[in-house]
Amino acid sequence: MVKLKGAISGLGKMGLSHAAIVGAHPEVDIVSVCDTSTLVLDAFKRFTKVKTYTDYQKMIDNESLDFVVIATPTRIHYEMVRYALEKGIHTFCEKPFSLTIREGEDLVTLANQKKLVNQVGYHNHFIGTFRDLKRLLDTDVLGDLVHFTGEAYGPVVIKEKSGTWRSDPKEGGGCLFDYASHVINLIQEIIGRPTKANGSQLKRIYSKEVDDAVYSILTLESGLSGVLSVNWSDETYRKMSTSLTILGKKGKIICNASEMKIYLKEANSKENLGKGWTIKYITDFAIPVNFYLRGEEYSAQIANFVDCIIRKSQTEINSFKQALITDKVIELLIADSKN
Amino acid sequence: MKMDKVLFGDNQFFAVNHLSDEKSREQAIRFKDDAAIIRVLDQAREIGISTFMCTTHDRIANVCDYVRANPEKYRGFKIYPCMPYAHKYANAVTDLGIIGTIKQYIPGNIFSTFTKGGVAFIRKDFIGFMELFIDAEMKMFKGINTPVIFIQNVLVDLILGLKMFDVFKEYDSYIRKKYNAEPGYITMNLPALLDSLNSIGIENPIICSSINKIGFRMSGGINIYEKYLTEKTFRPIALQVLAAGALRPKEAIEYIGKFPKIESVLFGASSKSHIQETKELIEQYL
Repeated sequence: MVKLKGAISGLGKMGLSHAAIVGAHPEVDIVSVCDTSTLVLDAFKRFTKVKTYTDYQKMIDNESLDFVVIATPTRIHYEMVRYALEKGIHTFCEKPFSLTIREGEDLVTLANQKKLVNQVGYHNHFIGTFRDLKRLLDTDVLGDLVHFTGEAYGPVVIKEKSGTWRSDPKEGGGCLFDYASHVINLIQEIIGRPTKANGSQLKRIYSKEVDDAVYSILTLESGLSGVLSVNWSDETYRKMSTSLTILGKKGKIICNASEMKIYLKEANSKENLGKGWTIKYITDFAIPVNFYLRGEEYSAQIANFVDCIIRKSQTEINSFKQALITDKVIELLIADSKN
Repeated sequence: MKMDKVLFGDNQFFAVNHLSDEKSREQAIRFKDDAAIIRVLDQAREIGISTFMCTTHDRIANVCDYVRANPEKYRGFKIYPCMPYAHKYANAVTDLGIIGTIKQYIPGNIFSTFTKGGVAFIRKDFIGFMELFIDAEMKMFKGINTPVIFIQNVLVDLILGLKMFDVFKEYDSYIRKKYNAEPGYITMNLPALLDSLNSIGIENPIICSSINKIGFRMSGGINIYEKYLTEKTFRPIALQVLAAGALRPKEAIEYIGKFPKIESVLFGASSKSHIQETKELIEQYL
């Protein structure tokens, strides 16, 4: 079989990680990379056969690519994604998707018109525990839902200093865009789509220009409400830790990337869950991958994207359309926080 | 040089728990003081474990100070450093960018020693930069016996995926030359890594990777791992043998015993009884 030709645009932490994962995929050849940092490009020149570009459009024009992975600052997602789609190139874009709803809608329309595979990097959906949580909720194990809490904490900005594009609100920086977007997306896909935000607080802790913590009460389409609590300046966490807690009339589930704790008031024989607590671990759910870097989910999402291209089908997980819903919730939160 | 069968790890000291955030917080509380780390390390030593395999976490520097200050007590004690402590850099890269991180963590090297444009220096001489980076990470172990020096899996697997295999070659020769030590590699992709190392002429390398009965974190699947463990030439260290706690110690280590090639098992535990039990099982089956 002829291998697919892929390229990476943006070689920061996520871009490099994508480059390694794409590079290790047996059905893909990574032919080129693009970044403004000549330092990183020089490393590629020195150690690999991959072509390097500082001009994204030139790369798209010169290379006959099947797909591109875009991992640049959020502000320039729009122009890059649009250019790729116009040239008929399948596109994987990092999260959050777009900074304005108009731009996001434009890209969703264009990708669908062109029938191109389009996916956004909300990788939590490729973690077995969150996936099983969705399945369990769909089978109604908790009965009528009463409340939810979506949380993420981690140690990104833990002292006062100026930083990178992530500390610039115009670039799409800040805890809301970077951290909270993951939680909002999980809530939206697993529990239900938020349509209202109340009491939203975007708090600065150490950053001068952007929020370091996000707190809000979200109401979903179903009427169910819950709490969003996210803080990237919490050094009591060694790395990003994301969790959902869902309370229903029949019990409660607390789920994160490594375990799912289920409490049921009565046993559920269909799911083989006893009365009281049942703890399930990621070892039971981990999605098998052929290459591992930082977590199965990063490889699994790229494998899904590549599979969709090969099978000429659309992804059911993390399409542009789904990512745009998250962008809309982000906008709701920003508007509410200004009230 | 043969490695000890039992290598004592440091995850438990730094709240690394692959299954439970709660356990990880308990550990962070328990090992708040360096004295608590040294106490457990000493318990392991009293049981007869003499190799400590650890990351280049800031707090390991304090442990090293203690080891140096008590040469009699730590006679024959070995440390296998694993560099870098990844989260230190990963969080910094998100916050400061790649150049910002280099500035923060290689102080007094690149940007002051080479004031005429540190970045230009790196560009001309990536390998020179790598050597400075290794030296910066190794500084805390000065004067301590470090017969094997590892690169952490996040970096090994990044280089592997990017196919920058020459970096391995340079690392390998620098560790041998400068530290008179054996280079080691931690990976979550054992078969692919061994093939790559062999392809650039690195033979019989020390590779530390997940090896467990249920195939947890064994990329490509358990079958190819078993094939490599049986047929290929390398020096395996088994890690995550308990599959993050999913397996009982006896069945877990019995499985490891099926592969005579495995030289050592790396494990961490916080209680003396657990350490003792695991050590005895390893010695029985390996």
